[in-house]
Formats: sequence, C-alpha cells, structure tokens
Amino acid sequence: MTPYDLLLAPFVDYAFMRRALAGSLAISISAAPVGVFLMLRRMSLIGDAMAHAILPGAAIGFLLFGLSIVPMTIGGIIAGLVVALSAGLVARTTALQEDASLAAFYLISLALGVLIVSAKGSSVDLMHVLFGTVLALDDPALLFLGAAATTSLIILALVFRPLIAECVDPSFLSVARGPGAIAHFAFLVLVVLNLVAGFQALGTLLAVGIMMLPAAAARFWSRDLDTLLLAAIAIAIASSISGLLVSYHLSLASGPSIIMSAGVLYFLSLLVGPVSGAIWNFVPQRHRSA
Amino acid sequence: MLTSAAPSVRFENVTLGYEGHPAVHHLDGEIASGSLTAIVGPNGSGKSTLLKGLVGVLQPIHGRIALNGIAPGAIAYLPQQATIDRSFPITVQQLACLGLWSTIGAFGRLRREDNDRVARALAAVGLTGFETRQLNTLSGGQLQRVLFARVLVQDSPLILLDEPFTAIDTKTAADLMTVIERWHGEKRTVIAVLHDLDLVKDRFPQALMLAREVVAWGQSKSVVTAANQLRARAMAEAWDDTAPWCEPRIAS
Repeated sequence: MTPYDLLLAPFVDYAFMRRALAGSLAISISAAPVGVFLMLRRMSLIGDAMAHAILPGAAIGFLLFGLSIVPMTIGGIIAGLVVALSAGLVARTTALQEDASLAAFYLISLALGVLIVSAKGSSVDLMHVLFGTVLALDDPALLFLGAAATTSLIILALVFRPLIAECVDPSFLSVARGPGAIAHFAFLVLVVLNLVAGFQALGTLLAVGIMMLPAAAARFWSRDLDTLLLAAIAIAIASSISGLLVSYHLSLASGPSIIMSAGVLYFLSLLVGPVSGAIWNFVPQRHRSA
Repeated sequence: MLTSAAPSVRFENVTLGYEGHPAVHHLDGEIASGSLTAIVGPNGSGKSTLLKGLVGVLQPIHGRIALNGIAPGAIAYLPQQATIDRSFPITVQQLACLGLWSTIGAFGRLRREDNDRVARALAAVGLTGFETRQLNTLSGGQLQRVLFARVLVQDSPLILLDEPFTAIDTKTAADLMTVIERWHGEKRTVIAVLHDLDLVKDRFPQALMLAREVVAWGQSKSVVTAANQLRARAMAEAWDDTAPWCEPRIAS
C-alpha cells in the first residue's frame, strides 16, 4: 500500500469521507479552545455533564420530527442552555456551588431524555443520538457544523479578554464592574453550542472527547495560553484526520475512532510532552546557577 | 497629581455583616478627601468587611455608605485574600495589565503609554525583569507585589488596601510604604488595613480602630493607645445566636 493509498485516497475517492473530514475539522477548530478554557477553569467534567444535559432536547426534536438534524439541534441547544443557565443562576445566587447545582440539573435532564427516547424511539435511533454519524453528514448538517464553529469562534473572540480576567481573578472583575457574569454565561453557551455541533458527528457522549482530550494533551506541550490554544486545535485536527483514516482502513466506527486517536495523542503527550511529561522523571535533573 | 478633588466617603449608621450577625456595627463617620487612613483592630473586628462594603461587594444590612466623587467601579482595591488562580497560564505583565480595565475595557488596544504605565508600576514594586514570568513561578510575596503593581496601574483616586504587607519582606514593605506615601502626596484618598501599629503611628496621619464598633477614630497617635487596644480586645469575637435584634424588622 502506497502512502497515497493510505493517507489521501480515501478522501479523494469518496465524497462521504471528504464531508466527514470537513465536519470534524470544523468541530476541532471550534471545540478545542473551549476545552482548553474548561480545563484551565477546572471544569473538565462540566463538558461531560452538559453532553448528557442536551439529550432531552434532541430527543424531543427527534420525537416530533424524526431523525432530522435541524429540530434535534435546536432542541439540544435549548435543553443545554436551560440546564447551563439555571445551574449558573443557582450557583451565583445561592450557597450551592456550580458543580453541585449543575449535577442536579443535568441528571434531571438526562433522566428526562432517556425517558423520552425509550418511550418512543427504537434502540437504533438511540444509538444514532448517543454515538453520532460522522460518515453520514448531509448538506444541512455540514452547513450547521460550519455555522456553529464560526459562531463559536466569533463569540470566543468577543469574550476572550473578560473570560481570561474572570478565570484569573473573578473578584477583580466584579469590583471593577466588568462583564464577568456575561463572560461566564457566554462561555457556557459556547460549551453547549460546541457539544450540540459535535453530537451530529460524534454523538452526545463522544462530543466531549474532541473538546477535552486535545486540551488535556496540549497541557503537556505548552505553558503559555496562546500556544496552548493552538496546540489543542492542532491535536484535535490530527485526531480527526487519523481517526477517519483508521476508521476507513479498518472498517471501524468513525466517531469512536476519532476520539481514540485523540486518546492515543493524549497518552503520547503524557509520556513525552516537554512540559512535565512522564519521561522527564527519568532524566537527571539539572539546575542553573541563578 | 490629581486634577479634581479626591473622593471622600461618609458612613451613615452603617451595619455590615453576614447571616444577620453584624461585623461592622452602627458605624458613623467620614473619611476626608485626600486623607491617608489606617484601619486597625483585632481579628474579626470588621476591618476587611468594611472595605468590602466600600467597594460594594457586600451590601450594608442597615444604613448607607456614600461615596463622594467616585463611581464604585473605579475604586482600586487590593483584597486580603485575592481570588487569583495562580495556575492559570498568564504572565506577570498580563496580570498587571488587568489594572487598565477601566481605561481599555474588553476591546481596547494596549497603547504605548499603557505599556509604559505597566512597566513603571512593575518597576515601582521591584519586579522589573519579571514581566514574562508565569504566575505559578512566583512566591507569595512576589504575587502580592504584582497585585500592588496592578493597583498602581489602576491609577485610582480612591485606594483600598487590605493588609498589603502580609507575606512581604521588610525591604519591599518599606518600598511599598513609600509608594503609599507618594499616593498621599498626590492627594489621593488611601485607606489601608494594617496590623503593624508602630507603622500606623509613624506613617499614617489618620487611624480608625475597630472592634466591630468604633473604638477610636482620628489622629493616629491619639487612636493607637494602650487604653484603646485594651478596649478593642474586650470585644467578643464569637457570634451570639441568642443576641437580641438591634431593631424591629421593618417592612420595606
């Protein structure tokens, strides 16, 4: 097998592979930076919780309109935002911390989602929602992915400075009457938007993977925020391409293949990453004179 | 030098507290424009609470705090326990730049004079050469100096410092004290919570001794006395859940 057969032929020969590539690249570019901020705010598991929270919205969309992308997407966004905003509101106005209030809301939402799907749908449909269909992205789905990724990047650019300020020193921003709360809620919107975009391709459960795994891996390559964001995007893109190729050549499910690729890159980073990778424990330590 | 008169603050029967228990009780008085005031008192006497009330992160349970000549958002405030996430990957310079918030906000560009201002502030706290260091590589005292630099960058006419010299070595504390006196010379209004009573007597013209209520307020030499300290220490620190209500609940 030539390198061409291995790396390029699948994309050149098959339109569905090109679509899958375009879709997963869009998600990689928009979701990975969101994952970096989740990680830096110690909210890595929040993405997981939110992924469960969007289920009832997608299920209601599915129930009313069948396996069609637009209603399921809108339903997912609404459910995700309701959970994120109510959890944020409870955390900001009561003694309950954000993690506990989010856990409460997402579990209620998840139970509702499973209830709806199991009452009406078949298990095949449930599999679609849970595990996604990156190899069957049609035009509307691809357009939606592109639009969601673009919107996400624009929102991130708009709230970039207040978001960082809110992460580093939340009380400073509140004393200076800065838009800390707006940045925080906009960020939650970004999480929901990217998860909903991701679940078209990767499914609700694995959409978190393309968000968090590249971010966690990037931490082993950079100490600096800007390069951290770029490294996470690069790792997400590499995972998407290699995952699709593995899935094509070995006839494996595409969504899990992409996330497994990200997982392999994560382990590699963990081992040999220049910033506190495991390998440095076995290298004799040196120090400078000052 | 400030162009307009520095802000003043008037407390009108102010009670601040938590869960119905007063931490600052029925405070009346005024902090004059351009004054340099130290707030002293034992632990739990309401010093930090008073500053929180001033910047507006804590609303008075009763009474009102009237800020004259400044909007609450423009106050420079150095909290005792800053909520800094030290593991977040930003540099010393970037953290000091946060002090420019009221000037450039969320979208403004960093102009050359802004960069100069930040560089001067870092130099004033002895952190030249630390610009590109990440926060997690700093010692506690060095971080405190960055926060002091951020206050400098804010360039506010009303400056509140909550135990600014905690975790700071003697030489740096002396340098920072010079900065505080320079602010006073520039006719800014400065309020600092301090525990070093000798420093207060020597360098702060005004002092307020708190023990939940005002023990003494005025010239620092007449406030910081053995007799007043004894009175302040007599304050009961613990909450009393059976204490009677200070005023009948009024429907508002």
